[in-house]
Amino acid sequence: MLEVRNLHARIGEKEILKGIDLTIADGETHAIMGPNGSGKSTLSAVLVGNPLYEVTEGEAWFNGKNLLEMKPEDRAHEGLFLSFQYPVEIPGVSMTNFMKAAINEKRKYQGLEPMNAAEFLKLQREKRKIVELDSKLANRSVNEGFSGGEKKRNEIFQMAMLEPKLSILDETDSGLDVDAMRIVAEGVNKLQTPETSCIVITHYDRLLEMIKPQYVHVLYKGRIVKTGGPELAKQIQEHGYDWIKEEIGEE
Amino acid sequence: MSEQQYIDLYQQAREMIFSHAPEVMNAVRDEAFGDFCRQGFPSKKVERYKYTDIQKLFAPDYGVNLNRLDIPIDPYEAFRCDVPNLSTSLYFVVNDMFYRDDEPKGQRQWVGGHRPGILPEGVVVGSMRNHPDLVAKYYSHLAKTSDDAITALNTMLAQDGLLVYVPENVKVDRAVQVINILKSPSSVTHHPSPSLMVNRRVLIILEEGAEIKMLFCDHAADDCHFLATQVIEAYVGENASLDLYCLEETHYKNVRLSNVYIDQQANSHVNHNVITLHNGITRNKLDLTFSGQGAECQCYGCVIADKEQHVDNNTLITHKVSHCTSNELYKYVLDDKSIGAFAGRVLVEHGAQKTSSQMTNQNLTATRDARMYTQPMLEIYADDVKCAHGSTVGQLNDAALFYMRQRGISLDEARLLLQNAFINEVIDKMQLEPLRDRLHYLVEKRFRGELNKCTGCRLCK
Repeated sequence: MLEVRNLHARIGEKEILKGIDLTIADGETHAIMGPNGSGKSTLSAVLVGNPLYEVTEGEAWFNGKNLLEMKPEDRAHEGLFLSFQYPVEIPGVSMTNFMKAAINEKRKYQGLEPMNAAEFLKLQREKRKIVELDSKLANRSVNEGFSGGEKKRNEIFQMAMLEPKLSILDETDSGLDVDAMRIVAEGVNKLQTPETSCIVITHYDRLLEMIKPQYVHVLYKGRIVKTGGPELAKQIQEHGYDWIKEEIGEE
Repeated sequence: MSEQQYIDLYQQAREMIFSHAPEVMNAVRDEAFGDFCRQGFPSKKVERYKYTDIQKLFAPDYGVNLNRLDIPIDPYEAFRCDVPNLSTSLYFVVNDMFYRDDEPKGQRQWVGGHRPGILPEGVVVGSMRNHPDLVAKYYSHLAKTSDDAITALNTMLAQDGLLVYVPENVKVDRAVQVINILKSPSSVTHHPSPSLMVNRRVLIILEEGAEIKMLFCDHAADDCHFLATQVIEAYVGENASLDLYCLEETHYKNVRLSNVYIDQQANSHVNHNVITLHNGITRNKLDLTFSGQGAECQCYGCVIADKEQHVDNNTLITHKVSHCTSNELYKYVLDDKSIGAFAGRVLVEHGAQKTSSQMTNQNLTATRDARMYTQPMLEIYADDVKCAHGSTVGQLNDAALFYMRQRGISLDEARLLLQNAFINEVIDKMQLEPLRDRLHYLVEKRFRGELNKCTGCRLCK
């Protein structure tokens, strides 16, 4: 699915990623944890091609294609999806028009005809149920006036609509109450197939108890310094990161 | 100085101008000429003209159709209206002449099923020639030739005009649509005419309690260099209501200089909307005065410009009396090397208490070369008022663009969605619903680059 080798990236003059190696196979779920400022969000931003970040070294392959050479929209068409930590409000563009544009551009990329209106509305109705999203939100502007929980559920709704191969959830659990987190986690689980993979970036073990990852990575100072199974998330929950810093010979 | 050729023209052709124009328009002509000679064209040092170089615009040697040659065009054939659900009473002004006014309404074989709707009793929409008494009472009072050289020039050269009169308490339900067609006379004179100047004139009189919706569409029928001056005077009586929509869709060789004067009596209501979809150089001036208490106006403008287009909106709203409300919202999207200007002034005179006024100008510049000049001004001589003004110039939100791209929407499409959303805020405020739907469609086409030049009335063809 994804193979990242020795990835270095910076924003402005500041180097944030200092050699990331990460391999994700089909059907796997990986969690990425790490203290604030370690580069978790940067990694997700670089993978989806945010132009604010500059890749200085390394490579990333996505299902055999060179990810770093592709435009952000083409990465999306190839099946890469990011659930944003801070979903962006877009005043004046309705959720429906936004989704329709996204779906139809993907279909165009795949050489398919645009989806007809009835089909689209049916699809939208089905997918909304997965995250229990209010149908009233469809007529509103994208994320505008949505509550924190609605914004995050709206991200998963978009994921359901676009059916990506690899989804990156960037702190999708932050700011969610327990019920909303359950809805989001269940939504993500429903969308899992043996052909799709997922990267979950989080600070907390709680989400990982619901979305069960096979691997947990710890990102620190721009490198993956430790990789383990789900038990690693529990250890971090209990003891913090200091013991890992010690392990790698730091204060 | 470029005014000299117009002074010479008037002196040489005065008799010809007079002989082809109604007496009521001739009555003020010499005075307008005097005012024009005294002022000359404004330089960019004149405050209200600082963003458009008027002297340069008038420098070319334009042809003027003073002999009133009939220019063959059948607008009913050329401009079929397909605005869905918008059934209007349709009129045409070819250059500055009211089209075939002599034919009684409804008796012609109208092509495409269109004919002017039957207007309510007493309502007049027609050439000024036919109603000298009404015209004499109002003509050239609001549009003072001593204050504005373009108004003076228009008054001194205009030979025909459109009169709209709605008697007391009459409500005209069906919108009146006037299509201004610019057509070069080269087909008549059999020699290529490189440029043509036209001087349009409109007089709107709404008696107490009268209501009408007017839609003016400017189009160019061929690619000649046109310069169109236009003066619209509107008297809006007590409790009367006027909706005025001015839509321009011309081409890059077109110059439009429009001066609109509106006087509002007590408790009257005015919606003034000016939409520049495609043009060359455009300057729209609006002078609106509240003369009676409790009146209200909404002024909306939207501009989409690219290439080297130039659009300058200049407004002055004078609150002479208390308890009036004015709202202005102008939005521009400027691409390539286009230039936009908005200068709005709200003047709250001494004693105009309880005035409520809001002026907003928001602009998007899509390139580094596009320029926007914005100048919101408030001048207040009363102490119990609520006034606000503000303007912004910026670019599309990068975070929103990237968010959309991550969902697979291409950069171009994402830009289009955001620009559309930006402009739609103004369009959505327009009252005439079928027009609003049509404008949504036209604006999107415009952003997609599918309205590159005027190929006839897009609104109507």
